[in-house]
Amino acid sequence: MKPDLSVSIAGLELRNPVMTASGTFGYGEEFAEYVDLATIGAFVTKGLSLRPRAGNPTPRIVETPGGMLNAIGLQNVGIDAFIEKKVPFLRSVATPAIANFFGNTIDEYAELARRLDAIPEIAGLEVNISCPNVKQGGIVFGTDPQCAFQVVTACREATIKPLIVKLSPNVTDIVSMAKACADAGADALSLINTLTGMAIDLERRRPVLANITGGLSGPAVKPVALRMVWQVARAVNLPIIGIGGIMNARDALEFILAGATAVQVGTASFINPGAAQEIAEGMEKWLAENGVEDVKSLIGALEA
Amino acid sequence: MRMTAPSEFPAAQPGQFVMVRVNDAIDPLLRRPFGIFDVGVHTPAQTGAASQPYLEMLYRVVGKGTGMLSALHDTDLLDVLGPLGKGFQLGAPGEEKIIVGGGVGLAPLYLLAKELVKQSPVRLFVGGRTRDDVLCITEFERLGVECYVATEDGSLGECGLVTEALIRRLAACDGTPRIFACGPHGMLNAVAGIAAQRNIPCQVSLEGYMACGMGACLGCVTPGHHHSNETPDYRCVCADGPVFDAAELKWEA
Repeated sequence: MKPDLSVSIAGLELRNPVMTASGTFGYGEEFAEYVDLATIGAFVTKGLSLRPRAGNPTPRIVETPGGMLNAIGLQNVGIDAFIEKKVPFLRSVATPAIANFFGNTIDEYAELARRLDAIPEIAGLEVNISCPNVKQGGIVFGTDPQCAFQVVTACREATIKPLIVKLSPNVTDIVSMAKACADAGADALSLINTLTGMAIDLERRRPVLANITGGLSGPAVKPVALRMVWQVARAVNLPIIGIGGIMNARDALEFILAGATAVQVGTASFINPGAAQEIAEGMEKWLAENGVEDVKSLIGALEA
Repeated sequence: MRMTAPSEFPAAQPGQFVMVRVNDAIDPLLRRPFGIFDVGVHTPAQTGAASQPYLEMLYRVVGKGTGMLSALHDTDLLDVLGPLGKGFQLGAPGEEKIIVGGGVGLAPLYLLAKELVKQSPVRLFVGGRTRDDVLCITEFERLGVECYVATEDGSLGECGLVTEALIRRLAACDGTPRIFACGPHGMLNAVAGIAAQRNIPCQVSLEGYMACGMGACLGCVTPGHHHSNETPDYRCVCADGPVFDAAELKWEA
């Protein structure tokens, strides 16, 4: 018998729990040649702001053992160009597209939520309160529960679409952040974003990244992400999307055991553009081999 | 390094690149971009069996990834994604073609020269700090390319910058030649300036730190001509390039 991989998260019906993470899959088009988008649960577009953003100077990327640091700085086309140039592609795709967005102020967050709410091709919204690579906005909202509450409240009032809040791991207490977002009306939480790190060029005695620090992603962050998903899942009654170093089906299933309803694949897509598709296929195979009929039976089923 | 390739590979355009996964482990994690040095097909007479496409990359051992590449054996498999990116526009037949390269920047220029010599006279200007930076001259000469070498320490060819020899050639040249360049950023900056001053068409092939090679990570961007913080005009080296018309990029003054 074919195992059931479908899950429902924040009102979104997904054919399987595998999504692609914001910033790692462009606006969908970039990978369409390499991945059959209809094989993945959903994809999340590159973070959007009201106006186009240039991002940080290069070098913006450096590899570290088991991971990579990036300091792209939220380069994006802005909401107007997104609607004009990127949304038409989404019309042809039979997979839910989730728009990730961020603002410099609470008003900007609300304005973006309002504008995205009006786009029928967008199935859900992911609020980014957790980018570590910009000085203004972003991380401020993602590290103070009160600020997070205000941002999410404003977005909640601006949209009736599924509202997901993406949390930063760069906090002392992820559970209090998660609770604040839940209290403000979030439909789901995605965690984690990247961990702030840095890399140094010893000979040149300089930081490798132009921005000095960057966000660490890849297999190196998986244990931290698993721990945070597990902590939040036990404390907050909202569906969770687990993110952090997922490279294969086993990694994804570990997040589901820890309490995630779905997962997002990020860095793995850079190495293998078909990673999300292969992970979904690998999950189905694992479930079949292990006699699990429904992936939902594994959500939070960790015996601890 | 030469490897046997799938049957589509001989169609790779000069200037395109591949993303190579050196091993299955997570360190190194990311693929590494390499210019395509040459593509071709071993005939059945050479292989003793079916015709067999091949792909060649030129690399210098600098870090963990290239170190591991150099330790591979004949029978090892390599995970290669490509050909990726936009290659060189060859231009009209008959006009003089000038190729400028430095170091491993010669990598994507060999396949280019191989195509260009079919239709035009081709001159190659190679620069380096010392003779060790100058690679593959014999291979280019074998194609019938006229080669000029300049090193900063005078250990091979002329002593000085390759751009000085380039300027002399441009002064002596009848008609408008077309320039193709790949190498260190400072060299490309100088070549782009020389071409702009003389209104000569010039294409450059850039390098960039990239994670994906297909325009998603935005790691390898380079500013376009109209770039500013208010109106971001960034090009991805991987997907919009790696070959650009020099005039469409913003160069340092």
